[in-house]
Amino acid sequence: MSDTSFTGRLRSFADSDLFYSFRRSRTTVVAAVALTLLFVGAVFAPLIAPHNPFDIANLNLLDSELPPSWLEGGNPAYWLGTDTQARDVLSSILYGLRISLFVGFASVILAAVLGVFLGLLGGFVGGIVDAVIMRVADVLLSFPAILVALLINGVMRGILPANQHESAAILVLVLAIGLTNWVQYARTVRGSTLVERQREYVQAARTIGVGRLRIMLTHILPNVLGPVLVIGTINLGMAVLTEATLSFLGVGMPATQPSLGTLIRVGNEYLFSGIWWVVIFPSATLAVLVLAVNLIGDWLRDALNPKLR
Amino acid sequence: MALLEVENLKVEFPTRRGVLTAVDNVSFSVEQGEILGVVGESGAGKSMTGAAVIGLLEPPGRIGGGQIRLDGKRIDNLSPDEMRRIRGRHIGAVFQDPLTSLNPLFTVGEQLVETIRTHLPMSAAEARKRAIEWLAEVGIPAPDMRIDQYPHQFSGGMRQRVVIALALCAEPRLIIADEPTTALDVSVQAQIIGLLKRICRERNAAAILVTHDMGVIAETADRVAVMYAGRLAEIGPVARVLQNPSHPYTAGLMGSIPRVGPRPDRLIQIEGSMPRLTDIPGGCAFNPRCPKAFAQCHRVRPELRPVADGAAACLLYDGVTQ
Amino acid sequence: MFVFLVRRLLQAVMVMLAVAFIAFLMFRFLGDPVNNIVSQDATQAQREEVRQRLRLDDPLVVQYGRFVVNAAKGDFGISYRNSRPVSALLAERLPATAELVLVAAVLSLVLGIPLGIYTALRPRGVLSQGLQIMSLIGISLPTFVTGILLILVFSVWLGWLPSFGRGDVVDIGWWSTGFLTASGLKALILPSFMLCLFQLTLIMRLVRAEMLEVLRADYIKFAKARGLKNRAIHFRHALKNTLIPVVTIFGLQLGGLIAFAIITETVFQWPGMGALFIQAVNFTDVPVMAAYLVMVSLIFVIINTSVDLLYNVIDPRLRTDPTRATGRGA
Repeated sequence: MSDTSFTGRLRSFADSDLFYSFRRSRTTVVAAVALTLLFVGAVFAPLIAPHNPFDIANLNLLDSELPPSWLEGGNPAYWLGTDTQARDVLSSILYGLRISLFVGFASVILAAVLGVFLGLLGGFVGGIVDAVIMRVADVLLSFPAILVALLINGVMRGILPANQHESAAILVLVLAIGLTNWVQYARTVRGSTLVERQREYVQAARTIGVGRLRIMLTHILPNVLGPVLVIGTINLGMAVLTEATLSFLGVGMPATQPSLGTLIRVGNEYLFSGIWWVVIFPSATLAVLVLAVNLIGDWLRDALNPKLR
Repeated sequence: MALLEVENLKVEFPTRRGVLTAVDNVSFSVEQGEILGVVGESGAGKSMTGAAVIGLLEPPGRIGGGQIRLDGKRIDNLSPDEMRRIRGRHIGAVFQDPLTSLNPLFTVGEQLVETIRTHLPMSAAEARKRAIEWLAEVGIPAPDMRIDQYPHQFSGGMRQRVVIALALCAEPRLIIADEPTTALDVSVQAQIIGLLKRICRERNAAAILVTHDMGVIAETADRVAVMYAGRLAEIGPVARVLQNPSHPYTAGLMGSIPRVGPRPDRLIQIEGSMPRLTDIPGGCAFNPRCPKAFAQCHRVRPELRPVADGAAACLLYDGVTQ
Repeated sequence: MFVFLVRRLLQAVMVMLAVAFIAFLMFRFLGDPVNNIVSQDATQAQREEVRQRLRLDDPLVVQYGRFVVNAAKGDFGISYRNSRPVSALLAERLPATAELVLVAAVLSLVLGIPLGIYTALRPRGVLSQGLQIMSLIGISLPTFVTGILLILVFSVWLGWLPSFGRGDVVDIGWWSTGFLTASGLKALILPSFMLCLFQLTLIMRLVRAEMLEVLRADYIKFAKARGLKNRAIHFRHALKNTLIPVVTIFGLQLGGLIAFAIITETVFQWPGMGALFIQAVNFTDVPVMAAYLVMVSLIFVIINTSVDLLYNVIDPRLRTDPTRATGRGA
């Protein structure tokens, strides 16, 4: 009776409560549009950016410290102005967005994979394995994320020789943020696993001798992915913020490969010299990015919450 | 003049699929001191009716039409503050779950005293004395000690007694009891119902007893109103309606009560189930399931007409040719 | 109740030992302790001498034990970066951070709770909508951006408030306070406001959410059915039930303030422990990192344990029935 063709599915999605609540909420639609624009900008940065801010040879120092193009003294070639080294602010933002988003996504994926795995393991195997994982999770959760991320960052810097700090910065950041944020996934998945474990289909599978790993992957995993998705969406905003904060503090992305946070840090040093655009525009971009992600996460959480329907 | 008169009451809910009517054109009255049972399946609109009377409809629900009169004066169009003064003092309510009805962070005494002093001019000491009397009245042992205890220190049945005390301590003349025993153990249900009945009689207070349990109605009520799909199907004195129902739905309900008897028999069921608010059939809402339905039933919606010593909304009594 | 207390304290000790272990590992194995003490051109003999002095060849367990004992005495060795005892460095920096965090915490409560109540009771008011939007932005805006904006407006453009340092401080014993001078107080305003913002929006949203949830509860419905006045319902019944989880969460979030102080101190060049920690991370100054870790963990563990115990005292359900004591958020 239900139309399973593509247009049929599209129509039934368009008709669903989820999409209805999406359309209804203007803020969410605006947020989604903004997010898409930022994504496109980041992904296609090498193609769209008017200049390449890393191409040192092509930087014309006479063009440094230019205000945005609509102000007096501005140059339409550098739409949002330039910094002290004649780098185009708009291009820097696009490339920085790229890095910020990459680190954000990569760390969320790392955290999710690690968390789901540990949650499945603990929930399914139980016993001392579960106890240890949950203890660690509890302790980790009682510390603020930024502190843990800073610590992991510090440890990794200690392990790596000093000359590799810059080139490994992305890896260090992804690891630091990912290893900090896995707990929520693990807890949710563990809870679901504990519930599913009692279900008859699992017990039936065990009696016919299906291996535990296979049960975990093929039976339990699909059932716990829903909440994981919601957590991931909500965590993306936090991951991006954490990366920006670490970079701002000086222990994240270096100035040679700046993320939005690094741009803000560098720009901050010139706050009193009047070239506000170097700080304001990257800040605004970061704010819009995180705000959009948070709004969508909020909407997703409310829309999927059965209690509020 | 009846204590409470409900006339053509309509309760509606605007939703994205249109306006749903949860209570459709319901009329009844409650005399001073009488207990009216309102019975029906889940979703039939009984709780909504009670909520509308006491003015506690949750938005977006609203009264879409009709009148509610207490002592001849309209109460459905009062300001929130005027309605607040009526609640507790003139109309009281008892809800289903005694555990969640009491604030866990305040003692039973604190909650009683505050209710009493909100409506009756009394000092704190006098109110406390009155509270202890009420606890004794509803059968709580050692009331002067238990008055300072917290709700979680009482058992389920005891808690519901406290709830009844709270509902009555400002001395209203009408109580709306919405499924007061459903959340309690079977052994305790009879005690609570007995308590409710006794207290109402002693104070000549009227009660609207909303429940899906026919047995409770039979024990306690003077008259009974049967609701179906938001509409009133039948209303009349309890004994007669139960013995000799006029409306086919009521007959079906009575038939479906398991009876202990000499010969084991099949349990009679009513075919199908009550329609959802979005899918109410045209004509009489019960017609798809009614064993006595005829052609007109699909087209004409029956009005409430007097039948015997009560009233029923069924075309069988409408004088319409079959 | 007593059993619960003992169990909880034991938990706290375990956590501290675990943290101390991680700190010890960092101390011992991150970078070479010998290299960081001797100069580049030290001879083998000198290195050997330092090695003996630090007793780096003792069994690990013994070294760990020694570390714990020293830590308990407050001795974390010498900073790699500026060759001063770590404990002295920390003590120097502690007052700055402590005063900042204190003011921020108080501000967040004093502003957050009333605003939260207001937005719960008047959800459609203009002020409410405005606050809602601002709080959403507040949670999304990186804290350092907010700080920068504050500096931009109040220091650069308006020139009212200073943008770095603590102003003039008065020394009382080993504590240096900025509360007693005008410039000290002025210097406190922007950073403490920035620090409290995150906490403020959190508390506001929390109070609002809790209150709305509580207002939907059956006992509120029953209170209305008894004709209680709105004021009694909102400020007696609903508020008490709302504040309990809020107080506990506030306590738990205090730790967050300490962590966010790191950012605030960086933005405003506030000479506190957080700024010290960042420098340590940047230079891999392991003793300072380890000491900061242990100290912050201690503060956290104390706060968390206190909140747990406090929760059991506040909620009457747990007071009379200790078997229900399961820790916060049961």
